Amino acid sequence: MFCKQNPAKVHLTQIVGDKMQKVDLCEECAKQKGVNDPAGFSLADLLLGLGASQEIAQAGGGEEIKCPNCGFTQADFKKAGRLGCSQCYTTFAEGLEGLLKSMHKGTKHVGKAPLALRQSRDLTERLKHLQRKLDKAVTSEDFEQAATLRDEIKETKDQMTQTAPK
Amino acid sequence: MTIHEFLSPPVESARRTGPHDRIVMSSRVRLARNLRSMPFPGWAKKAERIKALETIRPAVESLPQLTGAFSETMDNLGPLDKQILVERHLISREHAAKNAGSGLVLNKAESLCVMINEEDHLRMQALRPGLLLQEAWVAIDQVDSELERKLDYAFTAELGYLTACPTNLGTGIRVSAMLHLPGLVLAEQINQIIQSVNKLGLAVRGLYGEGTEALGNVFQVSNQMTLGEVEVDIVERLNKVLLQIIEHEENARGMLLEKKPKIVFNFIGRAYGILANAHSITSKETMNQLSLMRLGIDLGEFPTADRALIDELFIITQPAHLQKKYTEKLAAEERDVLRADMLRERLQNVSRPNPKMPGNGGGSLDKRN
Repeated sequence: MFCKQNPAKVHLTQIVGDKMQKVDLCEECAKQKGVNDPAGFSLADLLLGLGASQEIAQAGGGEEIKCPNCGFTQADFKKAGRLGCSQCYTTFAEGLEGLLKSMHKGTKHVGKAPLALRQSRDLTERLKHLQRKLDKAVTSEDFEQAATLRDEIKETKDQMTQTAPK
Repeated sequence: MTIHEFLSPPVESARRTGPHDRIVMSSRVRLARNLRSMPFPGWAKKAERIKALETIRPAVESLPQLTGAFSETMDNLGPLDKQILVERHLISREHAAKNAGSGLVLNKAESLCVMINEEDHLRMQALRPGLLLQEAWVAIDQVDSELERKLDYAFTAELGYLTACPTNLGTGIRVSAMLHLPGLVLAEQINQIIQSVNKLGLAVRGLYGEGTEALGNVFQVSNQMTLGEVEVDIVERLNKVLLQIIEHEENARGMLLEKKPKIVFNFIGRAYGILANAHSITSKETMNQLSLMRLGIDLGEFPTADRALIDELFIITQPAHLQKKYTEKLAAEERDVLRADMLRERLQNVSRPNPKMPGNGGGSLDKRN
């Protein structure tokens, strides 16, 4: 399936959370990728080595995309399997999307964030929460509560402008 | 101070103990981070790499956790120095190949090691003996939180920490443990275990990480996915899987002793025979035989030896450690002879294995952990 030359004889399945990944390979590709070597094989490496560069190359619709920040191209990614700079993630976003989906549990980061962003993330959450409460208070004509909430919302917004990341 | 004066002697590092260390040799949590404004090391020009190093190195050195650390640029370390660091599992083989523009900062306890300009600008790792993933994560998380105040990391809310390779994107975390699994290998269950672990989205690799052989029945298990999951969940998931592998290894040992004791004793007896009597031995054979002797110690066959002796021999019989003891450059064949001499000498006072047959009143398994 990957080299599209020989019939696929090796079929691999990897379960990632509740998603199932399947890869079909001919014997040559399997051997080359060390699928039979129990210690050396992982599906992500395989997908990265075989599928990713094509996907990135196709994303440009034939026209070569070049990172405006560092000059990195799809051809470079094909060679290295690595990107050129942090901007490349924006430059090649389209081509990377499918790749990320295939090798990770999700496509959105949910882990640690630098403190400044963590704070603004918390504040955004808090703001949403307060807004919902305010809507409810207005609907139920609890104007006293609504006034308190309005003050809290203003306070949160002020905090957000203070801690806004550079 | 040279790296040799800085590193603790092998006899000391072999004595570090931790939970489940009879099977789990060490735990590691590594974070990958990059600077926003500079190209990744693999794409950067030499001048840019040097500039990145000059920005990062002082920030790392100033951390309280790294007071009194060993800090050096890779071009100031000789090939032998680098190989020794690889054999101690302190730096990757990739990093050992680096020169000007890359660096290393290592704390005195050898529990924190920061590689600068490896594949990413920063690869920081916390190391612990035995199974202590949680502790390692907390330690490296703290280092990272302090560093983020001094350095401008490449981070987006959507994709998290941006890394040179998309496989590390998001959390940039690699949680791993080094396991000694002779029971599963002898019981021929190891492939089954590796396959099930792979199915859970975890990678199993050999002794020196990516693309290396499982010498001495030592395997590394690590997470592969770094995006879309919170760090603590990744740590917890790996921890659970490791506890299961430990149980399978113990069961395999118990089963082997019960059903095929002669096979096990044969392997261990021969390993001792070779190690204590050989006059030329390769490093590969040494590791494989030491692994069996380590199993023998776990099974109580060598009352006069302890695991630390074997773990020390694991370190000092490796090529660079052996070479370091001699001033002239040794050929591989010469090393094999000197390695055998060293092993015979160090095993002189270890008496022959004394197998305890099950049902003979001998304790078959010594579950200390």
